[in-house]
Amino acid sequence: MYLAKINVVLKKSILDPQGQTVLHALENLNYNSIKEVRIGKYIEVKLDVEEKSVAENIVNEISRKLLSNPIMENYYFTLERM
Amino acid sequence: MVEVKKINVGVVVFPGSNCDHDCFYVFDKILKQNVKYIWHKESELGNVDLIVLPGGFSYGDYLRCGAIARFSPVMRSVVEFARNGGYVLGICNGFQILCEVGLLPGVLLRNKSLIFICDTVHLRVDNNRTVFTSNYAQNEVIRIPIAHAEGRYYADETTLSELESNNQVVLRYCSPEGRIDDDYNPNGSLNNIAGIVNEQGNIFGLMPHPERASDPVLKNTDGIRIFESIIKYFIFKKV
Repeated sequence: MYLAKINVVLKKSILDPQGQTVLHALENLNYNSIKEVRIGKYIEVKLDVEEKSVAENIVNEISRKLLSNPIMENYYFTLERM
Repeated sequence: MVEVKKINVGVVVFPGSNCDHDCFYVFDKILKQNVKYIWHKESELGNVDLIVLPGGFSYGDYLRCGAIARFSPVMRSVVEFARNGGYVLGICNGFQILCEVGLLPGVLLRNKSLIFICDTVHLRVDNNRTVFTSNYAQNEVIRIPIAHAEGRYYADETTLSELESNNQVVLRYCSPEGRIDDDYNPNGSLNNIAGIVNEQGNIFGLMPHPERASDPVLKNTDGIRIFESIIKYFIFKKV
């Protein structure tokens, strides 16, 4: 069994109004060192497979197919043996 | 007695669709056409001239708007139908689904303001030589309601310039006089885009709701000419 921890984030070129709003809120709280906030999605997936490479292939496939939209998002992930 | 030809319309219903009845009503009660619902689990579309993907929140808008609807059984048939030249109209969530499934280029992002916008806006008809807009004048300004939180049209630079040079941008948000600028861009869409067609011109996606501006009772029928344009095309084969 593997646990995939997948992050889906908006591409750099795409405006993230939610991140900007949070950035403004943090500025109002006097966190002046914070320069950028980008908001994404975090997804956990458990896979019942033995080999890490198989798990990797599946996670790449589902991330491209469903979990992210390559037009606007990138994804990255880690795999942990359970 | 002269038999009046009617077109056959299929309105797809996903769990969470909520404009399906409005679309059905317009084709059935106002325009007197043959219309049926097609449940998302169906894989056969049957004999239809036009498929409508209605507005709403298919599958709760989970993950991304339209992301899960894209993989429903009915969409496999809709994609096949569209790729074979079948006519498809996607309104609001339907437009989002068409983008997710790749039948239309680009994607619809969260509104720049982050606010769900429910309003009636001015739109300029930038291309009236389509099956869907032939009953409007070129550059005519119309008023149609919008109701969405994810309507900010985005496409990469190459795609955007292709859309523009092929005249695939059909509707743009504009001022009452038809001026296109940021003050009249409700959601932050690139180039004020409100609706586009594919290159072949058989697939139309738009964020505004023409079905909500089709019944004279509502005092605004600017939207009905989209549906009338489609019917005219099928009856007279004329754009």
